[in-house]
Formats: sequence, C-alpha cells, structure tokens
Amino acid sequence: MIRGSFTELLIIAVLAAFAATVPLVANGYWLSVCVTGMMYIALATSWSMFSGPTHYISLATAAFFGLGGYLLATGMSDYQQPFWLMLAIVPFTGAVLAALIGLATLRLSGVYFVIFTLGLAEMIRNLVSWIQNNFLGSRGLYVLTDYTERHIYWMLLAVAATVYMLGWLINRSRLGFSLRIIGGDETVARHVGINTATAKVILFITTGFFGALVGGILAPRYSYIEPNQVFSPQLSFLVVIIALLGGSGRLWGPLVGVIPFTILWELVQTYFPNQTTLFLGVVFLVIVYFLPHGVVGRLEQALEQVRKRR
Amino acid sequence: MLDIVISGLLLSGTYALVALGLNLQYGVSRIMNLANGEMLVLGALAAFWMFTVGKLNPYLTMVLAAPLAFAGNWLIYRFLLRPLVSRSKNQGQLEVDSILATFGMSFILIGIMISIEGGFFAYKYLSIPIEVLGTKASLSRIVAFAVACCIGLALYLWLNRSRTGMAVRAVAVSPQSALLVGIDVPKISALAFALGGAITAVGGVLISTFITLDASIGVIFTMKALIIVIMGGVGDTRGVLIAAVILGLVETTVATLIDPGLTLAAAYLIFLGILLFRPQGLFGRKPT
Repeated sequence: MIRGSFTELLIIAVLAAFAATVPLVANGYWLSVCVTGMMYIALATSWSMFSGPTHYISLATAAFFGLGGYLLATGMSDYQQPFWLMLAIVPFTGAVLAALIGLATLRLSGVYFVIFTLGLAEMIRNLVSWIQNNFLGSRGLYVLTDYTERHIYWMLLAVAATVYMLGWLINRSRLGFSLRIIGGDETVARHVGINTATAKVILFITTGFFGALVGGILAPRYSYIEPNQVFSPQLSFLVVIIALLGGSGRLWGPLVGVIPFTILWELVQTYFPNQTTLFLGVVFLVIVYFLPHGVVGRLEQALEQVRKRR
Repeated sequence: MLDIVISGLLLSGTYALVALGLNLQYGVSRIMNLANGEMLVLGALAAFWMFTVGKLNPYLTMVLAAPLAFAGNWLIYRFLLRPLVSRSKNQGQLEVDSILATFGMSFILIGIMISIEGGFFAYKYLSIPIEVLGTKASLSRIVAFAVACCIGLALYLWLNRSRTGMAVRAVAVSPQSALLVGIDVPKISALAFALGGAITAVGGVLISTFITLDASIGVIFTMKALIIVIMGGVGDTRGVLIAAVILGLVETTVATLIDPGLTLAAAYLIFLGILLFRPQGLFGRKPT
C-alpha cells in the first residue's frame, strides 16, 4: 500500500462505514468497550500524526483531554451553556494550549518537550483544584445531556474519521513531506530550508485540538466531572502504548494496536485490577525490545522477506 | 521570612542529592532515566518497611540500601540499557528508546511497590523540633541536609581528585574522545549509572524521614530532578547545586505563602522560564 494512496482512503471509508453499524448490534458492556476503543483510535491516531514522523513522544494527551472535558463541564454546569456550543469552543482551547507548549519547547531538543509534557496533566490538575477550592467553592461539575453511549460512539467515530482524512491530506502535502525529513534528520531538514519549529508546532496544535475535542465528547459519559478523574495521567501513557504497539510509522498503525490492546486492557482490569500498572510497564518493555516499529513494522518486515524469497 | 529560607535550604539539600544522581545518569551514561523518581520512592519504601517491620534506624537502612541500589542499577544498565545504546545509531534514537524503556521500568517498579505497600509510607523518626537561627526545624530535616552535603562533597572530591572520577568526567564531555584515550566507556557508563541510582535511593531514604510518600508519587520527584538538572545545565555539578537551592526556596515560598498544592506549578514556572530564556542552563554556554 503506497503512503497516501487513494486505496488507503477507500479502505478506511469502508472500515468507518462498517464501524458505524456497531451500536446497532452491540449494547451494554460491549458497546462501552467499543466507545473506549474508538476514543483510543481518535487519540492515538492524532498522537501519531505528530509523534510518528518527528519521534517526539508527547505525554500531553491527558492534559488536552482533561482540559476539554473540564471546560465543557464548567460551561454547561456553571454558565448554563448548551453542549454543542461548548463542544465547538473546547477544541480551540486545546489548540491554544498546544501552541503555547509547542512554542516554548519545540524550538529545542526533543527531550525538553517530553519532560515538559510528562508532568503537565498533573500540574494542570493541581492548578484547577486550587482554583476550584479557593475561588469557585464547588468540587465537581455535572454534565447532563440526553446523549447515550451510542451517540458518543458515533461522535467519536466522526472525529476519528476526520483525523484520518486530515492525516491523509497532511501526508500528501508539503507539510507531511517536511515532517518526514525532520524525522529522518533534523539538521538536514534545517539545511534544506524547512522551518522545523513551525512544522512541528502546527502538527502539535492538531493533536491538542483533537485531544480536547475527544475530552469534551466523553464528558457526558461521566456526567459528574472532577479534576482528579479527567486529568488522569495514565491516559497519556495508554495512548503512547497503543500508537507504538500498532506502529506510529503509518497512519493506520494505531488502528492495529487499539483492538488487541483494548481487549487485553479490559481483561487485565477485570481479573488483575491491582496489577494494571505492572502490566503497562511490561508492555512498554515489550515494545522497546521486541517491537521497535510496532506490529505494522513487523508485518512489513515479514512481507518484505516473502517478496525477496520469490 | 527566615523560616522560609531555612526550610527551603534544608529541602534543597536532598533535592540536590537526587539531582546529582540523575545528572550522573544523564550527563555521563547518556540515559534519560525517567524511572529516577521510582528509585527514590523505592529507597523510601525500604526505609519505611525496615522501620515498621524490623524497627531499624532509617540511616542504617540507607547504608544497606546504597550498595543494593548500586548493584540493581548496574544490572539494569548492563542488561536492559546497554543493548539500547549499542542498537541506536544516534543520540536522538537513544533518547527515544531510553525514555520508553525507563517508562516501562518505572511502571513495573510502581506495580511492585503498590503490591508491597498500597498506602502511605508513614512513619516517625527524629521528628523532634530543634531551634536553628531563631526558627524551628525538625531534626530529621537537619540530619538529611547534613548527610546530603557529606555525600555531595564526597562525590565532588571523587570526581575531581581520583583517576576513575576523571574518566567519568571525560565520558561526560565526549564518549567518542574518551574511547580514543583508552577509557573503557561502557564500563564507566555502567558505573556512573549505578552510582547515580544509588545516590537517588539514598536521597529517597532521607526524604522519607520528613515527607510522607506513596508508591505512585515518583513522577513528581523525577520532574523536580529533571528541572534541576536542566536548570543547572546537564553535567554541571555547580549549576545543579545552585538550581536545587533555587527550586527548594521557590517551592517552600509557594507552599507557605500560597498553597502546598501548587509546588509542582511553581516548579513548572521555573522550568518554563529556563526553556524560554536559558535553555542551555544557568551557567551553560550556547552551543555553536
């Protein structure tokens, strides 16, 4: 499959159409697993649009997600704004946050960026809790809508499809081309006249935009929003694992990682609820030592060998 | 005002120690160790566990924990991180790999520690208030500060006066050139990584005598140590010491005057300032 080819787009369209029918057959437990899976697809794909080509590991997902969910809840609960209006606003706050982080850190080496995003969700959670305790007085917010899991699923599917379309377009554009050069060698990229900082910041902004959007969509699912819950740092790590497990070199890589990981994660949570952190650690090590290019990378390697043998 | 300065200074002693450990690991072995905070918490857990089960003095635990942490970190470097160093083609690739691998290790350590002790590592030792320059500080903080200073001084002398210390500094400057003058770079890297881990674990034991920790708090300490190392300039011992004092003072000021929940936000503010104005560190020179 050629990168950015129309066949790729067609396959994705067929898959999306198929995925849209899931809530018609599944419900209850399975539908809720599917909602979680769709959330990871949207988040991990937008993550790997930035981190795949640049190799910059972003751990800011939880910060964007939490910001989206929390602001939507504040708007609906404290200011009586409609859900759709808030959902239209929150992605832009995510984008602004991403732009600020990007401008501060992406001009420098990748390590600074990783470190900065590492504690970001925790820091914002502390700030939000502090503001809430000292100035607002209430501890939680209510998001009451008529949307059920089914609607959330379809909204997430629409977001995931949009992310794919955007990723596909970027791959074919000048921006995508410059990002691949940056990923190959940043010094070379700078020497051929690419504004590396701008390219990276633009891509990071899209990650922030979709992270906050997904956070907003998921808010009705929890109905009661509290900073400790929406800013859970674990989400950032889950997204990184899913994207890398599938392989962040291809746009559809995270899609491959989501299905096995969501099932495994559900099993671990059900049967070994105290060992979830340990499990995450083991998966990280497996990725680094055995699947450095993800499942997709392994598959492509195997295909290459088959082709050579012929 | 004076008590803020005193308790800030006392806190910065242990921060400096932990940051020196991380500085050895990142500056010499070139491993961005994000499991550093977990190593610290592991030291704290050891002190807590030995104290509650065996009624053992935490400072005795510290003496026992240091060689164990050294051996453990040496094994981690030799069998988990060395393969990554040999596999990577450049520093960027190594950074990505070591970040992911140490994430894995930190999660595994958290998982193990939660299964040992899920709650807070709360115990009381030497929490006797003592009068220092007109303000009260607990004895455990003062002892921790003194021990941190001694270890820091010993490390400084070892790095600057001994032959091995010189080799360590040479690797810190340039691993390629160090290889050319006959230094066994893999061996020195392993040594620096193990020593850094041991120092961090000692810092954890010291911190546990005056701050109550729990199994999942490591990442906060990793962040603080990283901010100190970046502020001081990677590989710069003097810079790290001064950066630790700044962070300790700022944190204590924020915690006393505004809210103890905002110390991480204060650390971030410093970090942001450093990234914007002096990304090469307080005393670093701009790369040409």
